Amino acid sequence: MSTQTLRAQEDREARTLLDVEVAPGDGWIGEIPAGGRFRIVDLKGNQAVDTLFFDARDHANRYSAVDTVREQGAVYLTTGSRLLSARLDPLATIVDDTCGRHDTLGGACAQESNVVRYGEHTRHEHACRATFLAQAIGWGKGLDKRDLTHNVNFFMNVPLTTDGGLTFEDGLSAPGKHVELRAERDLLILISNCPQLNNPCNGYDPTPVRLLGWDE
Amino acid sequence: MIFSHDVPGGAAWSMILRRHRAVRLECLGPGANVSTLIYAADRPLERLNVPDTLKAQMAARIAAPMVLMSDLGKALCSVTGSSLTWHDAISGHSLDAHVPGGPTSYAEHRNDRRRSARDGLLEELWKHGLGERDLHATVNFFSKVAPTGDERGGLAFVHGHARTGDWVELRAEQDVLIMLSTAPHPLATAWSPAAVRATVRAVPAPGPDDPSRVFRDESGRALAEAERTYQ
Repeated sequence: MSTQTLRAQEDREARTLLDVEVAPGDGWIGEIPAGGRFRIVDLKGNQAVDTLFFDARDHANRYSAVDTVREQGAVYLTTGSRLLSARLDPLATIVDDTCGRHDTLGGACAQESNVVRYGEHTRHEHACRATFLAQAIGWGKGLDKRDLTHNVNFFMNVPLTTDGGLTFEDGLSAPGKHVELRAERDLLILISNCPQLNNPCNGYDPTPVRLLGWDE
Repeated sequence: MIFSHDVPGGAAWSMILRRHRAVRLECLGPGANVSTLIYAADRPLERLNVPDTLKAQMAARIAAPMVLMSDLGKALCSVTGSSLTWHDAISGHSLDAHVPGGPTSYAEHRNDRRRSARDGLLEELWKHGLGERDLHATVNFFSKVAPTGDERGGLAFVHGHARTGDWVELRAEQDVLIMLSTAPHPLATAWSPAAVRATVRAVPAPGPDDPSRVFRDESGRALAEAERTYQ
């Protein structure tokens, strides 16, 4: 590693805001200031990370999957994708992506949607929207169920077909793959590290992820 | 028929649709678009969830006989029929930035003013004590935005998808509050909103062989979950 690269790395370490591991089935909520970077590392591979973004100063100005998809004219998220709010404000931009494709149309799993998709026996399995609710309400600033809109699924592969089909397929991710975002304004980020056991989104074995944040 | 109402192009409207009544929406002109939200009428915290609806039925568009599902895994409405096989649900409703030529004022254009779907839907939400936080992804009846099949998951808006006389019918599986805007689709390049006729009638409860119930196991389970609420 060159001296220059090493120095850049040390410099970045000095600006670390966040470095946490999130266990499968757990969540995280926190803020990243405008200009800051936020990285999610898929430690073991094929782990869906359900994520919501809010303007930290105005939570109603929140991520919108359908506005983001329409404005970029494409369904999948990757480097260069601007994550827009429902008011069309850029919230974050994907600036680095070693996975290559992320989903934002599949939504988050819930106990109730598991029953619909997989049957009654899954009713009491842990699900992302329970994590979202616990984290949102635990944040204590008025966030509740109404604020849980359609999310990003980092490292998840949900291909669409030209005849209007949609499927959940094996992830394109692998151990150590990461995605990094730049905050375009002060951001509140809400994460559920997906506990889904019934489809390939987590390789049928949910695993931990690492969250890293750096100041500008 | 219980009642019929014509919603002008570019307007917004909301209605309660009782369980086992159907509303048929019919285009009174070409190029109609109806950006639609659905809530459980007596507990609107339960509402249409487009991702849940699509992933459960392996679809990237809405078509008969799909079931429109709530975030609590229950059928809100079934699509009992349509002259079209594709209704968009992945590209959202229009904002002011999408109104061709920009929004216009009441002072200048009176009730022919141009308004975005968001503007109209928010007004309807506010009437019911709801608001921006309750504004999620819409189904855009009569519009088509199709995947192009490329690596990025590219999308293409199909101009002129709906023609005069095209229709879709929704059967309520719970008492529902439906909110809609007839503003053009956000990807439409001209302001030519078409009026839509809403006709409400009573229909039989879905039987064991109902097309929406047998469409997929997932559709049937969502219907059964809604029926539990009323048992």
